[in-house]
Amino acid sequence: MSVESLFPRLEPLLPKVQKPIQYVGGELNSTVKDWDDAQVRWALMYPDAYEVGLPNQGVQILYEILNELPETLAERTYAVWPDLEALMRSEGVPQFTVDAHRPVRAFDVLGLSFSTELGYTNMLTALDLAGIPLRAADRGEDDPIVLAGGHAAFNPEPIADFLDAAVLGDGEQIAIAITEVIREWKAEGRPGGRDGLLMRLAESGGVYVPKFYDVEYHPDGRIRRVAPNRPGVPWRVHKHTVMDLDEWPYPKKPLVPLAETVHERFSVEIFRGCTRGCRFCQAGMITRPVRERSIETIGDMVEAGLRESGFNEVGLLSLSSADHSEIGEVAKGLADRYDGTQTGLSLPSTRVDAFNIDLANEFSRNGRRSGLTFAPEGGSERMRKVINKMVSEEDLIRTVTTAYGQGWRQVKLYFMCGLPTETDEDVLGIADLAKKVIKAGREATGSRDIRCTVSIGGFVPKPHTPFQWAAQCEADVVDRRLSALKAALRGDKEYGKAIGYRYHDGKPSIVEGLLSRGDRRVGEVIRAVWAAGGRFDGWSEHFSYERWMRCAAETGIDIDWYTVREREENEVLPWDHLDAGLDREWLWQDWQDALGEGEVEDCRWTPCYDCGVCPTMGTEIQIGPTGKKLLPLTVL
Amino acid sequence: MAQRLRVRYAKRGRLRFTSHRDISRAVERAVRRAGIPVAFSAGFTPHPKISYAGAAPTGVASEAEYLEIGVTRPCDPEGLRAGLDASLPPGLDVLDVVEARAGSLADRLEGSDWELRLPGADAGLATVAVEKFLAADLVEVERLTKKGMRRFDARGAVLSLAVLEGTEGTERTAGQTPGRSCVILRMVVRHATPAVRPDDVLTGLRLVADFAPPSPPEVTRLAQGPLDASTGEPADPFDLDRDPTRGGEPGLTERVVGDL
Ligand code: B12
Ligand code: SF4
Repeated sequence: MSVESLFPRLEPLLPKVQKPIQYVGGELNSTVKDWDDAQVRWALMYPDAYEVGLPNQGVQILYEILNELPETLAERTYAVWPDLEALMRSEGVPQFTVDAHRPVRAFDVLGLSFSTELGYTNMLTALDLAGIPLRAADRGEDDPIVLAGGHAAFNPEPIADFLDAAVLGDGEQIAIAITEVIREWKAEGRPGGRDGLLMRLAESGGVYVPKFYDVEYHPDGRIRRVAPNRPGVPWRVHKHTVMDLDEWPYPKKPLVPLAETVHERFSVEIFRGCTRGCRFCQAGMITRPVRERSIETIGDMVEAGLRESGFNEVGLLSLSSADHSEIGEVAKGLADRYDGTQTGLSLPSTRVDAFNIDLANEFSRNGRRSGLTFAPEGGSERMRKVINKMVSEEDLIRTVTTAYGQGWRQVKLYFMCGLPTETDEDVLGIADLAKKVIKAGREATGSRDIRCTVSIGGFVPKPHTPFQWAAQCEADVVDRRLSALKAALRGDKEYGKAIGYRYHDGKPSIVEGLLSRGDRRVGEVIRAVWAAGGRFDGWSEHFSYERWMRCAAETGIDIDWYTVREREENEVLPWDHLDAGLDREWLWQDWQDALGEGEVEDCRWTPCYDCGVCPTMGTEIQIGPTGKKLLPLTVL
Repeated sequence: MAQRLRVRYAKRGRLRFTSHRDISRAVERAVRRAGIPVAFSAGFTPHPKISYAGAAPTGVASEAEYLEIGVTRPCDPEGLRAGLDASLPPGLDVLDVVEARAGSLADRLEGSDWELRLPGADAGLATVAVEKFLAADLVEVERLTKKGMRRFDARGAVLSLAVLEGTEGTERTAGQTPGRSCVILRMVVRHATPAVRPDDVLTGLRLVADFAPPSPPEVTRLAQGPLDASTGEPADPFDLDRDPTRGGEPGLTERVVGDL
């Protein structure tokens, strides 16, 4: 049964909406395959606006890999803005893919990529527009399997009722494996129907099917246990780790949008994983171990990506890019290669040391020196010990002074507010630090033309980190500290004008906290917020704290219990049955060490400290150096 | 800069929803992909030397959009056409390239030939409205511009306006329901300030005869160029580059208006 394009029905609506180009597809390197030739069909969704979703690497990688498979097709869909949503509802146009404008409900799988929890309400809009029942329990044989991936899927419990399945970790191999399972199941005549397929996925141990697990609660609301409710379903579901990134050099053909998007560049992940052990960082904990891409593959990917896309900027992406074992060679090699071609290079790195400045100098060789970013995260030395961000005040000032001395005029410093054990003094310490930075910078350069910007946001404790047991700081306390800091910065006659201040208030963090560490009962709040008009929660102009609070109250959910309550060691956490490889005892010990202000080293450079990942997952650290260099390109 | 090349390209199908900014980003990338030796402006943030003339609004398809590229070494126009076309997404199609010889391209774009497909509209009502519109000396319309609401005459710039019948949807506009019959308006409009756009003429038709098509029109610019004194239609603006001996200033707009 073929599927017709919805475009003729969508087209008359487009002149009436903002930025219609985001809904038409047709991007360079996008793929439209024949519907009837495919056995397995994926709709991939980044549940945010096209301008944020299109550049997402995760979706681009899966899109390319799946479309390379024979008899498999993948198309993309994004959240539509409320103006189009209203028209689609009145005209009866369902959620569509941008590639061939096919109805999302016609696909076998709807794969959602959640890098943040703030996309949950957008998922509900898409399901509803698609005509797919919101609750997995209400779906029938004709509905797609709704599958979540991405970092937020490491605790999918708050959206468990809306999902058929979730996948933890790297998606490349498991997406192919899932395709194969679906292909076989369809070829065999769909034995057991929808549940038959979900059972096959669950049995593998690599796909989490929430409805095959029952959650039991203690009378006081804590979880008693989470247990499989049918034979053959494993007690724990494991994350996926791609070893040897050189074998997976995606994206090869980056999607080039016509619409303007948040990232107009070609990005290459230079490694996955990070073992610096910052205790607040979920990404660092759940992507272990470190796996580097070799300098040669990076060079090849950059060359092919620029050729295929026509982008004039390259981003070298990872959680801490300056830590690549051959980053110096990579930076120099690329800067040499693209010298005089108007190609910009960027490296998101927030390391606080002189090496970072050398790198930044190399990367800005052909451009101007504007701003440099460092992330001390904590305002006082004590605070930085608690979060395991090992940088002393002396180091920080020396590094920043060096940057000013080498011609950088603007330095950005990133911090968090509301960290465990934090006091008012810790936060006010940021003002002292910023002033010292400007003072030292003026002395080093003899100029008053230097600036520093303090950027600060509320800390949200995340699952699978040592802070998963911590009490989140109350919004009022965060807001009070943030305004005290502002006063301390602005009020300073000598330095105040040279210091910029940017902050996010504490309220949105509470909602993020609820969604991050929530359990299945939180799903009802998400649904209620969505039904009350909640959309695009990652956008301050759409986000409503009051709506979340009202809907939580109406559904009987105690937000404080989920956010500002500290957990005991033996409390069953909603994600305990989901295995990121981290040893629970190690995490607890690291939490205790944090409270004792003890630090851990980076296992990339120092011996393994038994976080548990490598033995549990059968993985190992993969780093250079390879000793290779990037040769100049002789073409052109 | 060794050479300037003038490019005619089309904006077709669903890509008619690209804005002018979208197109300029796409062209810059395509130029890099195609390896065209584009010249850059001097200065702190060098910009590629690509300039645009008379771009059609977002949502309007076009068979006749123009841009000019400066290159650092001479390029074969046909080679550049093919390279650029292959590097742009399908729907942004490069139709013609010439080496710039004479004058300014923008000055030659004196008028446009537009086609408006009006799905579901009534041909009889359209004919009456067009007659009334043409009979009027002045049809004042209002449109929200960047500078706020503006009131201006939509009649004076319209050199010809006719009702045709055809089918809804073409490859050019992506098509709403291809194959269904619909009313087509065809008009030649002189470029003026403020610009009179096809939707201003539609507004005019509503004002003079209450003519209001039930769904948004599919608009295509079929041509733009110097207004030919004898035919009243836009001629190919590249004629002067292909044959500079023709000399002379293009178009005698005033006479054309008089003829109507
Ligand atoms: C580039 C980037 C951005 C960009 C671009 C975002 C985009 N559209 O992609 C911008 C600047 C816009 C951005 C914004 C934000 N970001 Co950001 N961002 C990154 C960064 C540096 C790279 C992301 C990336 O491309 N990774 C590589 C891809 C391949 O990985 P991936 O997306 O996870 O996909 C893989 C798997 O997860 C899986 N997978 C993903 N989806 C699916 C779906 C299915 C069905 C399956 C089977 C598998 C699967 O397969 C993929 C391939 O293996 C990361 C850090 C990092 N290195 O990961 C932070 C990061 C993801 N961002 C983060 C945050 C917090 C944000 C913001 C919320 C910040 C803010 N407060 O505003 C916003 C949210 C924006 C939004 N609404 O989505 C955090 C996430 C927090 C966490 N989970 O711990 C990260 C990890 C940074 C950090 N260390 O804190 N970000
Ligand atoms: S198991 Fe050891 S080597 Fe592997 S990530 Fe954990 S600490 Fe590092």
